[in-house]
Amino acid sequence: MKSTIVSSPHVPRINRVDQIMLQVLLALVPGIAAMTWFFGWGVLINVVLAVTFAVTAEAAVMVLRGRPPLVAVGDLSAVVTAVLFAIAVPPTLPWWLTLLGILFAIVLVKQLYGGMGYNPFNPAMAAYVFLLISYPVAMTTWLAPSMLAEHSFSFMESLRAILTGVLPPGLDWDGVSSATPLDEMRGKLDLDMTIAEIRQSPLWGSFGGRGWEWVGNWFLLGGLYLLWRRVITWHIPVSMLTGLLVCAGIFWVLDPQTHPFPAFHLFSGAAILGAFFIATDPVTACTTKRGQVIFGALIGVAVYVIRSWGGYPDAVAFAVLLMNIAAPTIDYYTQPRVFGHGGERG
Amino acid sequence: MSIVHLLSGKRRLWKFHGGIHVPDEKALSNACAIATMPLPKRLVIPLQQHIGAPARPLIKVGDGVLKGQTIAEPSGFISAPVHASSSGTVVAIESHPVAHPSGLSAVCAIIEPDGKDAWSELPPPLPDYPQLDPALIRERIRWAGVVGMGGAAFPTAVKLSPGIERTIQTLVINGAECEPYITCDDRLMRERAAHILEGVRIMHHLLGVAEVLIGIEDNKPEAIAAMRLALADTDMGSYTEVVSIPTLYPSGGEKQLIRILTGKEVPTKGIPAQVGIVCQNVGSAAAVADAVLEGKPLISRVITVTGRAIKHPRNLEVPIGTRAEDLIAHCDGYQEAPRKLVCGGPMMGFELKQPSVPVTKSTNCLLALTAVESPDPEPALACIRCGRCAEACPAKLLPQQMYWYARSKDLDRIQDYNLFDCIECGCCAQVCPSHIPLVQYYRYAKTEIWAREQERKKSELARTRHAARQARLERQEKERQARLRKQKAALAAKQPDGAEGADTKKAAIEAARQRAAAKKAATQTQAT
Repeated sequence: MKSTIVSSPHVPRINRVDQIMLQVLLALVPGIAAMTWFFGWGVLINVVLAVTFAVTAEAAVMVLRGRPPLVAVGDLSAVVTAVLFAIAVPPTLPWWLTLLGILFAIVLVKQLYGGMGYNPFNPAMAAYVFLLISYPVAMTTWLAPSMLAEHSFSFMESLRAILTGVLPPGLDWDGVSSATPLDEMRGKLDLDMTIAEIRQSPLWGSFGGRGWEWVGNWFLLGGLYLLWRRVITWHIPVSMLTGLLVCAGIFWVLDPQTHPFPAFHLFSGAAILGAFFIATDPVTACTTKRGQVIFGALIGVAVYVIRSWGGYPDAVAFAVLLMNIAAPTIDYYTQPRVFGHGGERG
Repeated sequence: MSIVHLLSGKRRLWKFHGGIHVPDEKALSNACAIATMPLPKRLVIPLQQHIGAPARPLIKVGDGVLKGQTIAEPSGFISAPVHASSSGTVVAIESHPVAHPSGLSAVCAIIEPDGKDAWSELPPPLPDYPQLDPALIRERIRWAGVVGMGGAAFPTAVKLSPGIERTIQTLVINGAECEPYITCDDRLMRERAAHILEGVRIMHHLLGVAEVLIGIEDNKPEAIAAMRLALADTDMGSYTEVVSIPTLYPSGGEKQLIRILTGKEVPTKGIPAQVGIVCQNVGSAAAVADAVLEGKPLISRVITVTGRAIKHPRNLEVPIGTRAEDLIAHCDGYQEAPRKLVCGGPMMGFELKQPSVPVTKSTNCLLALTAVESPDPEPALACIRCGRCAEACPAKLLPQQMYWYARSKDLDRIQDYNLFDCIECGCCAQVCPSHIPLVQYYRYAKTEIWAREQERKKSELARTRHAARQARLERQEKERQARLRKQKAALAAKQPDGAEGADTKKAAIEAARQRAAAKKAATQTQAT
């Protein structure tokens, strides 16, 4: 028998951080596959680049901090951050912007705050916002979804575009890129067009933009998987989507000509991805159940507010960061009633 | 009771928050009938086996003792006597390692049995207890040294005298045995159900309760069946019910079981009696029956010796004071080197540093775990605030916040998060994906707070003492001066014809002064 005395319980632990992260990565697969289908190889190339940068950066910082790098890399949290970042940025983003974003996420937002578990902000979203503010053009140049695109990028063409910024001969950025559905909606609404007029464009599918809505569906599938495996609970995704839908619903009922159908908000942009994969990041979200409901609902409301009246067409990243700051306070005021404490704490 | 339950005829059960499902591992030993452990060569009987004031030893080294003889008497209301588990000679009364989480030693009577196992004179059985004064029965239970045998070891007689100001409606009998591996209560219920019920009847009589609920987890169908069968043979059916409860750790926690069976929450820092409930373990009920109906003190108990490192796991009726190593040897030793030896269950038990510690009245299990069953936890990672601990916590605490404040030694803040409502069940640590030894942090914080509290009390005591000393000195000084004044006054009063005397004194002084002046004048004239 060894001499070290270990406190109870004396049973094997049933959960592991790396397994939780692995489940999240697994749940992202359908959505990423759908994105690759609609937006080409660039999505996958970005994922690979981001993961490589993130793992290297994480290991490097751990070495600088004098801690075992393998433990930190092994928990797979950096990989999850990298993947979420990579699928949030345009599929032809220059490689050095991916590098910059990842360095910002891992070194500044995560490690400088103390590393795993200590960062108040979601690293992937902070990096996304940082790049969006600093490089707005590169960050909003999205390829058109495959069914609308005139040219379908091959793997080598995607790789060249990312690494050198050179497009296949005869193409220019204006030709291959297309406004995202949210961009399109915001832009045309600002021109005082009605929803009916806007939706004449071939860009639109049944709920949101063509292509985009399907990506949302596949992320939803992944999200349901996470719920089923109990990696996440329903509180944040349901309350966030409800918050968004209620806001969108109220304005749509008031004036359906200038406010899109609520489902549009759900299946455009990053609402689904955000609800199941980003707002649920345990480190930066609320931990009490009631707090999570408030946290999620406020993100949903903030997404609607920023999308409708803010400076940027998509809002999930901003809304999540905003509520990240509020999470500790919400947690403090939503502590559950402890067993045996009567009605002392509501 | 809701309509659904009225219609179905089923008792309504409540839920407590959280809880976890752990592999119960009871199959290792639950098929083994209770066997009697032969008398060991040496009995090490700790003189403190209960919560409360320590017992005063009544023996000295070299004394011969008889089985059942009181060797230490209670020293307060919340206290319990200790009896010799067999006849023999007291060879030492000394400090010996005992089963305590601290691994510290305590005073034990070491008895070398003579092998005769001769009983001392026992008090008469009280089969007609319903006609007797309840105080007499309580005194008998107290004499027998019966304590809570589920682990807490609180003197049973105290719990059965709830005082006049409290009316108890429900007696809850704890047969949940929710900890994995342990099967001693299971076997006891299967084999001695009638005896347990006799004890329950006595407790029911003493407390005058309207209802008795016997809660047993549904992973022990044989025990439930045996208890129900035995109950059908008694006249207790009108007020007693054997209730099958869902298997979920920690259903056997006193507050959790009360919640499940009655829906009532024992208030924080309170006791079940405050909500009209008394909770007793099945083992304690059997011990009460022994004491009242047979006049026998609590000198043996059933213990499960199990774990995959043990060659032949067993349930043994063991004389109190038998050392762990003797028990293991009786189970044919180890079949593989144990990683650790645990006293109690795997969720809340504590590791034994040495196998020489003796069994006490509250030891229910001896667990020899292999490295596979109880792997050393991997290095803890940072908390990712996933909240799984909060979901599992039966006290509805926020373990992740408490961990945070325990780490930063913020002892005030951690109490804001109700640290002292933590029952240390280990659910949080079991589900933590970062493998943080959470319970250890809470124990540490509690100990620090207790230490601080003691320090505070100490300094407060010192302060009051200092103030008292100051006051005393002041008073003494005043008294001294008063005394002096008195003496002076008395002296003055003694002077004969006071006023006249004073005049003579004045005249004398005046004469002296004139003499001095004359002398001075004379010297001055000489000088010039």
